[in-house]
Amino acid sequence: MKKLLLLGAEAVAQGAIDGGMSGIYAYPGTPSTEITEYVQNSKIATERKIHRQWSANEKTAMESALGMSYAGKRAMVCMKHVGLNVAADPFINSAITGVNGGLIITVADDPSMHSSQNEQDSRYLGKFAMIPILEPCNQQEAYDMTREGFVLSEKYKTPIMIRITTRLSHSRYGVEVKEMKVQNSASLPDDPKQFVLLPAIARKRYKILLDNQINFEIESEKSLFNKFYEGEDKSLGIIACGIAFNYLMENYDDQKCPHPLVKIGQYPIPKKLIDKLYSQCEKILVLEDGYPFVEETVKGFLDSNKKICGRLDGSLPRDGELNPTLVAKALGLPTKEGLPIPEIVVNRPPELCNGCSHRDVYEALNEAMKSFGEKRVFSDIGCYTLGALPPYNSINSCVDMGASITMAKGAADAGLIPSVAVIGDSTFTHSGITGLLDAVNENSPITVIISDNSAVAMTGGQQSSATGKIKDICIGVGVNPEHVKVLLPVPKQHNEMVKVMKEELAYNGVSVIIAQRECIQTVSKNKKSKK
Amino acid sequence: MKKDIILSGVGGQGILSIAAIIGLAAIEKKLFVKQSEVHGMSQRGGAVQSHLRISDKEIASDLIPYGESDIIISVEPMEALRYLPFLSSHGWIITSTTPFVNIPNYPDLDALLNQINSYKNVIAINADEVARRIKTPKASNVVILGAASPFLEIPLENLEGGIRSLFGRKGEEIINMNITALNAGVEESKKYYQLSGL
Repeated sequence: MKKLLLLGAEAVAQGAIDGGMSGIYAYPGTPSTEITEYVQNSKIATERKIHRQWSANEKTAMESALGMSYAGKRAMVCMKHVGLNVAADPFINSAITGVNGGLIITVADDPSMHSSQNEQDSRYLGKFAMIPILEPCNQQEAYDMTREGFVLSEKYKTPIMIRITTRLSHSRYGVEVKEMKVQNSASLPDDPKQFVLLPAIARKRYKILLDNQINFEIESEKSLFNKFYEGEDKSLGIIACGIAFNYLMENYDDQKCPHPLVKIGQYPIPKKLIDKLYSQCEKILVLEDGYPFVEETVKGFLDSNKKICGRLDGSLPRDGELNPTLVAKALGLPTKEGLPIPEIVVNRPPELCNGCSHRDVYEALNEAMKSFGEKRVFSDIGCYTLGALPPYNSINSCVDMGASITMAKGAADAGLIPSVAVIGDSTFTHSGITGLLDAVNENSPITVIISDNSAVAMTGGQQSSATGKIKDICIGVGVNPEHVKVLLPVPKQHNEMVKVMKEELAYNGVSVIIAQRECIQTVSKNKKSKK
Repeated sequence: MKKDIILSGVGGQGILSIAAIIGLAAIEKKLFVKQSEVHGMSQRGGAVQSHLRISDKEIASDLIPYGESDIIISVEPMEALRYLPFLSSHGWIITSTTPFVNIPNYPDLDALLNQINSYKNVIAINADEVARRIKTPKASNVVILGAASPFLEIPLENLEGGIRSLFGRKGEEIINMNITALNAGVEESKKYYQLSGL
């Protein structure tokens, strides 16, 4: 059989293609971006006419995927963990409507916050929606679970979640690929009211979801991804979820654990396997990357006679990603230490590229703000968030996509005048437009600086939905055209930029300054690809 | 056979190319390869690392346990020291001495090189200078790979094969440039051996 060397993210993508997917929908976000990019670069996906354009945000992506499922085809939507918050409304409700064509929601969590604002664990949201969750331990399972996931989804007409983490998403290993399945032909739902969540119908649909819970549990009990391993040493029983299974196995020669072990790759939690483990062993250790999701749950349904260890009792750290050394310590095995990092080594934080347009924006903004007071610049998610660090120290917030405009508005409502928002082009079309409308409707005294580099730069320069449209959008939303200014952020224009910023900061209403210059990374990438 | 390698440098310096060449070479040798890498925010001029594991048996963890790395391959001297907690007691540091200075408090270079040379198993070469000398200024990362190659237990011809597969689409000129850089790195490594009397 053919073996490919794939990132976990790519294994999900290849599994989806081979599973008969007709469309993938997503907004870029580390560590999930490579799933969609793999499909975009796939020749076979072109031949199969698989949809793979970026969406404006995770909510529109989720809804489009649900629409494709409605029309009978297999669809995937993928996102980083915080993207699922954006898509939470259609996500939760898709569990109530159910699906027609198979629907997989792939969520890439980021424990240790390598590139994120938090390390929330998407398994809680999967459980909240009451749908099956698959959590691969390695690249092969990422492939197999995705390829088979559509079948599970269609069997119960339910969306399913695949949860991966940064480490798996961005790690490569050999993956055996299987034959490609045919895509579904288009078909409409049998029940014309299935997707109409009027209360009377929603109540019925909800009962179907509730009735399915026992089926989901039965599926988990018999799933090949959940497995009981016998072990001689019953002083300890181990539950290892997803990638934690690898960290466990790393600690034993030939990957043979001496303790009884339940490997979990499919949820709801396989209670019978856990009961079996509990009845055999003196105490239980739960290994899972992310929150203590399984640990809390098993504490709830097992009697409390035996000790259950994990992230909650301090056997493992409460936060951050796991690694083989932490797991060894929790097992009481000897560990090595290496050498200490010498004092001469200093931190090297990420920084804006030389020649980046955001630099020119912050140079000008810092000067313009001098006469207006400090701590009043709200910002957003993107490369320009690095403006919070020296040498600029320009911004005072970074919370979620689009929050700069609405937080500036709220602060202005409280009397902080002027309040400033700094937002990128793609973040603006992701979630900034509606906030700008709020500000327009109240003529809030805010200045919105859209630092437009015509790319989703931080995640690798993907195409921005905003390119070429920002000015029209702002005027269309109702910003007075006299207060929509377009600037060229280059060092030569510094004085002009400062002047315009000062004027607009002094204006007692909504103004938008669009500082437009393409990301230097995408400029050089496009040059190279043209060669 | 099992080699655990930490690759380190600054975002954009080409450590993922090194990882890819070794990875492809190992696959040519029918070995198992597991490689975890960094994407996203830290790629913007920040410190980056990659865990590369090669073995003749299946590999479990995507991360190398602390204190068990056989080699640190670094394209930047300060970054060579950031991952010492991963290095095993008999492990090697192979690093470039060319600093990448993008922070105001970058340490004094002499002090830094003294620190590097205070460890017992070190090969430190000025990869940028070597790359310039052989007129392949963009391939200093591959010079470092060449310097590390005697410690990899992967024949040079397989590494050359890795270069061919990785740069195949970019044409013969780029391939040859990188192979020249690889061999120059090997020579530097040998010289370093002789000089330090190892």
